Amino acid sequence: MSSTSPEGCLAANDWWCGEYLRTRQSELVDATVEHIWITAVAILIAVLLAVPLAVAARRWRAARGPALAVTTILYTVPSLAMFALLLPVFGLSAAVVVTGLVLYSLTVLVRNTLAGLEAVPQEATEAARGMGYGPGRLLFEVELPLALPALLAGVRIATVTAVSLTTIGAIVGYGGLGNLIYDGMESWFKAQVLTASVLCVLLAVLADVLLLALQRALTPWTRSRRRRRAAGSPGGPAATASGADGGAPAPQLAGRAG
Amino acid sequence: MTAVDFLSYVTDTFSWLTTGAHWTEEGGILQRLGEHLYLTGVCLAITCVLALPLALWLGHIGRGGALAVNISNAGRAVPTFAVLVLLSMGPLGRYGDWATIVALVLFALPPLLTNAYTGVREADRDVVEAAKGMGMTGGQLLRQVELPLAFPLIMTGIQTAAVQLVATATLAALPGGGGLGRLITAGFGNYRTAQVVAGALLVAALALLVEGVLKLVERRADPMRRRPTGPAEDTGGAGDTGNTTAPPGGRARRPAPARPGT
Repeated sequence: MSSTSPEGCLAANDWWCGEYLRTRQSELVDATVEHIWITAVAILIAVLLAVPLAVAARRWRAARGPALAVTTILYTVPSLAMFALLLPVFGLSAAVVVTGLVLYSLTVLVRNTLAGLEAVPQEATEAARGMGYGPGRLLFEVELPLALPALLAGVRIATVTAVSLTTIGAIVGYGGLGNLIYDGMESWFKAQVLTASVLCVLLAVLADVLLLALQRALTPWTRSRRRRRAAGSPGGPAATASGADGGAPAPQLAGRAG
Repeated sequence: MTAVDFLSYVTDTFSWLTTGAHWTEEGGILQRLGEHLYLTGVCLAITCVLALPLALWLGHIGRGGALAVNISNAGRAVPTFAVLVLLSMGPLGRYGDWATIVALVLFALPPLLTNAYTGVREADRDVVEAAKGMGMTGGQLLRQVELPLAFPLIMTGIQTAAVQLVATATLAALPGGGGLGRLITAGFGNYRTAQVVAGALLVAALALLVEGVLKLVERRADPMRRRPTGPAEDTGGAGDTGNTTAPPGGRARRPAPARPGT
């Protein structure tokens, strides 16, 4: 490639260009780093908000309907509109993108955590109460650990979705790899668009694999339990929303890409 | 942001929306809304034609379940924006709207495939077995038993696909397509925040409206609701269960259609 002509594939505007990878390496790294921190901050905030919300929705029945309704409505709002609506609140800043991603992630996380909490076996809570556990200790030492697989399955879905939605942040200049796609689109720079797109997909897959490893490490008991469940006992209400692999989420949440 | 700033945004947006010219002018709200609805409608029709027969058939023969789940998982990892830009810069970009249409259909297929497949697959097995025992052929079984039982989940799939299409059609404005997204991108281009917010409000309203209308259609059209012989409490709750995360098992406890194969 570059040995025959100094700028061959760049000048030809090829889709794939080694020369581009080499010369724009730092730009690509910067965009990837921005992409990662925007996504990571958003997911962290979303988890910190979703767990108390789910616990509250479980404790107070009255909070359940509104919590689910609001998060579902938020999920319906298209991403470009979401970021545009947050523009007057935060101005042209990364906060627009982070807040938008937090709002989207809440839907999946609240739903999954709630399903996980509701699937905690009655016997487990009864036994803990019998052993003298107070409500706080019951929540932190019995209920939340048992809901963890469902929560983590939600985190995986939310993270993969957030990685792909971050690209839309390019509209306010904070889209990570999306910025490169946006600029490449305006200047018709094919190598830049394809490289950034591929990196974005790789990032989503990598995040998913890492979170799966984390899930396995944090909840070693789910593997034996899943085997037992497969052997015949019914999966319980959370099974579809939280299958320990996160493999089959609730069908209608399948698409949040726009 | 102070309260005064916020109020000025609200009044600016309101006055932008209530200016008649912004609705009727070239590239105004009405034109963009028409483009948006046209794009969504055409793509929804294409998606249904492609996905429904395939999903119903796979669900009927009980194969390809892993495929249906994996497609929607993979779809989540691929940024819509990237696909829109890649297709519009590729060879398809030369054929007008086709790059946009292909991108939109690609992202609307997974929810419809997954839901329709699950609906047929999870149709109450007892009922299906009973119908087989009564001598129904494969086609009768699909048309008269599995399809009515799967109807709520199929409608959920269509709803999700439609909302997805409204959202993706908004993004089509970024690589230069039409639709309401153009109001937002044009507002960004001119630094007119009022227009950006107004466009976003219209898009959000359209998405919620499409979802609401399709939910209403589902309630009205559910074939299990009109069966006069069905138990009363069953028809009463029909509208509430189809569109939630409830596992299909909740739906499956339904009587067989009143008049099986003739």
